[in-house]
Amino acid sequence: MKCQKCAKPATFHITDIVAKGRHEEFHFCDEHARQHLAPAEEVVEASPISELAKKLAGIPGAGGAAMRESTAADKQVCPVCQITFLEFRNTGRLGCPYDYEVFRDELMPLLESVHGETRHSGKVPRRAPRNTQQQTTLIQIRNELKRAVAAEDYEAAAQLRDKIKRIEREQA
Amino acid sequence: MTLDDMTRTSGEWLRGTGPESDIVMCSRIRLARNLADFPFSNRASRGEKLGVESQVKAAVEAAELDAVYFDVNAMSNLDRQFLVERQIVSSELAGGEGPRGVAVTPKENVSIMVNEEDHLRIQYMLSGFRLPEVWEAIDDLDDRLEENVAYAYSSSLGYLTACPTNVGTGIRVGVMVHLPGIVAGKGIDKVFRALQKINLAVRGLHGEGSQAFGDFYQISNHQTLGKSEEEIIRMLTDVVPQILQFERQARQDLVTGRRQHLHDQVSRAYGVLKTAQTISSEETMLLLSSVRLGINLGLIDDLSIATVNELFIQTQPAFLQKLHGGELGVEERNVARASFLRSRLAEGRGDDE
Ligand SMILES: [Zn+2]
Ligand SMILES: [Zn+2]
Repeated sequence: MKCQKCAKPATFHITDIVAKGRHEEFHFCDEHARQHLAPAEEVVEASPISELAKKLAGIPGAGGAAMRESTAADKQVCPVCQITFLEFRNTGRLGCPYDYEVFRDELMPLLESVHGETRHSGKVPRRAPRNTQQQTTLIQIRNELKRAVAAEDYEAAAQLRDKIKRIEREQA
Repeated sequence: MTLDDMTRTSGEWLRGTGPESDIVMCSRIRLARNLADFPFSNRASRGEKLGVESQVKAAVEAAELDAVYFDVNAMSNLDRQFLVERQIVSSELAGGEGPRGVAVTPKENVSIMVNEEDHLRIQYMLSGFRLPEVWEAIDDLDDRLEENVAYAYSSSLGYLTACPTNVGTGIRVGVMVHLPGIVAGKGIDKVFRALQKINLAVRGLHGEGSQAFGDFYQISNHQTLGKSEEEIIRMLTDVVPQILQFERQARQDLVTGRRQHLHDQVSRAYGVLKTAQTISSEETMLLLSSVRLGINLGLIDDLSIATVNELFIQTQPAFLQKLHGGELGVEERNVARASFLRSRLAEGRGDDE
């Protein structure tokens, strides 16, 4: 996707709450995202980060308390994919399906303000969905594998690779 | 089917058939899906993306769609742009990195992007205003793919997506509409505001900026959580007819109020497209829009809507360069574009099967 103001790739996807239940979506490059977010009245650094943080706190134009809360939330890490909440706030993209549980308290107000609702209604997959345990095991082991390879621990890597293959076979 | 073959065919969605096709170019539904066992694309390593790609490719094959898979990672920039112009892949996929690709059916109704923002972005398009039909088809396609992959899904939040703005149904339901009458009557801002009020998004043909190419706009839903697919489709099928009525009224006003002026504008547009020796992409879009309106109002009778629809795509930079067999500078493209237009429009009614 391109920036809506120039030809550069859009790296920021901003959803602004115009009024209750109404919002507008913007796609900008770094520079235009900064421009877009600059005219904010708050003295708080008008970076995309604080902008998103306000939305995540669910309080449009929120001040100090919400900021402090979200600072604490920033340090949360998903045990499955290792993404921090701060990284999500910077990019607007989650790291894995399990993040919806890990960051649940922060995400619910965001979902409420973006969609106006917080519970799925509609299609259900034909297969029984996997439980959280099943959904996360493989992602977690793949992560361990990445770390083992990075640490040049090839013995551990080989074992993890076998483990992944075994689980994939079982699930197939 | 290769990319070069595709320069000689065009998508079914450009055919100009189906209900309300004088205004509704096509109906399109997109579903965002992720595999349960992998991190989302932005967090996935090269190896994990390869894993996603191979699982999806196998599922597509098993679904017997007769689709061809294109490895977008191995493609030239020109070829990537060619697919963007045809609405087969998003600019985000084209400009992305690492293993990624797209499965396309020969009529280009179906495209399944792999390793875009979500692992799968399934798209189904049909010409005309036919959302329920498109939903039935993509729902079935989704079921068939799901027989061989496990989707990330939670009973409370639905299909889990990389961006929380798509979670739930993961659905984007849209129609691409041609609104030259409303634009001429300066009513487009009113339409924008009215649609925003009821939570629908409006954007230009390529989703760039607010200025749509050739008076084409895409109207689509925003909300994906808390409303079922059928409810979202009903939102569109309730509202779009009102816009169609607004556009028809605006066209009628143009005909009754300024018939001569309109006829002149349409004829000049057609004349320039048939005879220009060099022409920019922007001017082409503008003139094609007038010609398309002229055909629908019976002011031009020796050209088909399908041809004009195709020309919107075939006068884009990557298409012209593919046809030429290599890269062209802006000036050279403008000459190639004019020459292509002259030859297509000389074919007259050009029923292109
Ligand atoms: Zn920009
Ligand atoms: Zn995670």
